[in-house]
Amino acid sequence: MKLLAVTACPTGIAHTYMAAEALEVAAEEAGHEIVVETQGSAGSTPFTPEQLAAADAIILAADVEVRDKDRFVHLPTVTSGVKKAISGADQLIEQAVAAATAAPAVRSTEPGLAVKQSGPGTASKVRGWLMTGVSYVIPFVAAGGLLIALGFALGGYQITEAPAVTEGFDWTSHVSWAALMFQLGALAFGLLVPVLAGFIAYAIADRPALVPGFVGGLVAVETNAGFLGGLVAGLLAGGLIFWMKKWKAPRAIAGIMPVLVLPLIGTAIVGGIMFVVVGQPLAAATTGLTNWLNGLSGSNAILLGALLGLMMAFDMGGPVNKAAYAFAVAGLSTQSQTALLIMAAVMAAGMTPPLALALATTVRKRLFSEVERENGRAAWLLGASFITEGAIPFAAGDPLRVIPSIMAGSAVTGALSMAFGSTLRAPHGGVFVIPLIGNPLGYLVAIVAGTLVSAVLVIALKSLGQKKAATETVPAPRHAATV
Amino acid sequence: MTDQLITADLVDLDLPSTGRRAAVQALAERLQKAGRVTDLTQFLADIEAREQQMPTGLEGGIGIPHCRSTAVTVPSLAFGRSTTGVDFGAEDGPATLVFMIAAPEGGNTDHMTVLAALARRLVRKTFKQELHDATDAAAVADYIQKEVGA
Repeated sequence: MKLLAVTACPTGIAHTYMAAEALEVAAEEAGHEIVVETQGSAGSTPFTPEQLAAADAIILAADVEVRDKDRFVHLPTVTSGVKKAISGADQLIEQAVAAATAAPAVRSTEPGLAVKQSGPGTASKVRGWLMTGVSYVIPFVAAGGLLIALGFALGGYQITEAPAVTEGFDWTSHVSWAALMFQLGALAFGLLVPVLAGFIAYAIADRPALVPGFVGGLVAVETNAGFLGGLVAGLLAGGLIFWMKKWKAPRAIAGIMPVLVLPLIGTAIVGGIMFVVVGQPLAAATTGLTNWLNGLSGSNAILLGALLGLMMAFDMGGPVNKAAYAFAVAGLSTQSQTALLIMAAVMAAGMTPPLALALATTVRKRLFSEVERENGRAAWLLGASFITEGAIPFAAGDPLRVIPSIMAGSAVTGALSMAFGSTLRAPHGGVFVIPLIGNPLGYLVAIVAGTLVSAVLVIALKSLGQKKAATETVPAPRHAATV
Repeated sequence: MTDQLITADLVDLDLPSTGRRAAVQALAERLQKAGRVTDLTQFLADIEAREQQMPTGLEGGIGIPHCRSTAVTVPSLAFGRSTTGVDFGAEDGPATLVFMIAAPEGGNTDHMTVLAALARRLVRKTFKQELHDATDAAAVADYIQKEVGA
């Protein structure tokens, strides 16, 4: 068998290399080939694509986060602490061989490319498509939402009634400026559903799917099918074009397939289905959702706030966090009062995890490594800017203590924000949009309360298990920012 | 200063067995006398901090107190042997071979390669046996130096 191993320890001068040596010796004795990547202080030589492609299994023997782990997604994996690799290298080799026999590595005929393309199942593919769509939507939401919020801040809540700026713009009137902001924001918001649909389709079937997706999304807006309609249109357009691309076109028109034929036929079909078949039911569903949101009040609303808070903190910018965030942003386009409450709760709950860890590293320095303390200083700003990812370095180093703590605090914040009736019209901005928030004082109280809860919990849990807590290296956040 | 990782005066074949701290202290003082460690207090604190993170004792009677420290001037190894053993927190009992690895903070890759080579030898049976059987300090230093190939 061809095995790979990565060894890494906190100081990077002793155990890393001892483990590598022990694994090499044990592999040789058992008659297997092994290549070890020592991620230590003497520098490490990364595996070559050929080695990665030819490997049967990998052993990760590390007490700190292994770098660039996503290179190994296609391989059966055995993980252990680094000490275990020194004293029980032969057992690890046995386990790796057993793992490789039980579930052989995924291979592709093209070495190198094989690594990235293998793996994801249908569910994660669908999630990938949706997240691509959402990631393109978020800048529209952010820019549009902030413009709308500024319009309200400048011109009051009657700004929705203001005459269109095309009918006259007074350079000296703040109402005119407010109307300009609001109407620009509203236009940007009008693009949300088409952009979502377009880029979901794009994620599935590339450029030819863009037009059917966008137009399908526009139909969703036209029929009041909203975000649900956009999702359906995007998936429909993507799926249809993906299938149509497999057609064998006659030579004469093969060249114009992607620029003319596919977009034309695709748009006609997707648009037709959206208008005639799915538009009405989806519009009904969207209305139902909106009514349900508006009907939520009192303890139900507070429970919803707590739930969204749990989701925001659970994976700090991952799919669960994004699901809660997308739910809130989808609500914004309905402009219902409850939707604004939800948006406020979601943002507050997304701000507390980095803030809480920043606080914890400040008041209990010794519980954290030097790297974590540095991350803590940055986390103040990240939290204040509603970039939940700021908590990732801490959670990566110690997930079992950090994640439950920040979830508890975010739930408190989400519930309190709902209870205080804070509202938010912008989908992002952190403390910088607090002047635009309804009941800003209650909002701050909610954030501070959740931050304190999380910080106290983290400190308590870390103190309990202090012996194993600190590691010297913590990977930088991988995910892009929340927006 | 020298390019040698270890010299005869960094070898203690009769390490105090009264406890981990005493053993660490004895080896650290040898490093200081050799001019390889400037600030003994700082160095001991750094060693202790690493030890607190996770004990450095390994199965098979080995302890490897180590750290990267600003108090270290050149990558060094101090070696101690104890007949009764010193507890370094290994599951199977006290350590009879103690390797104190001192690395300068921000040492360059060449330096670290020497230490990596040393760490690799530590898991070899012949290496350990040779050190158990050695009778004088100079021979130990020569043997280790030769093995890491510096």
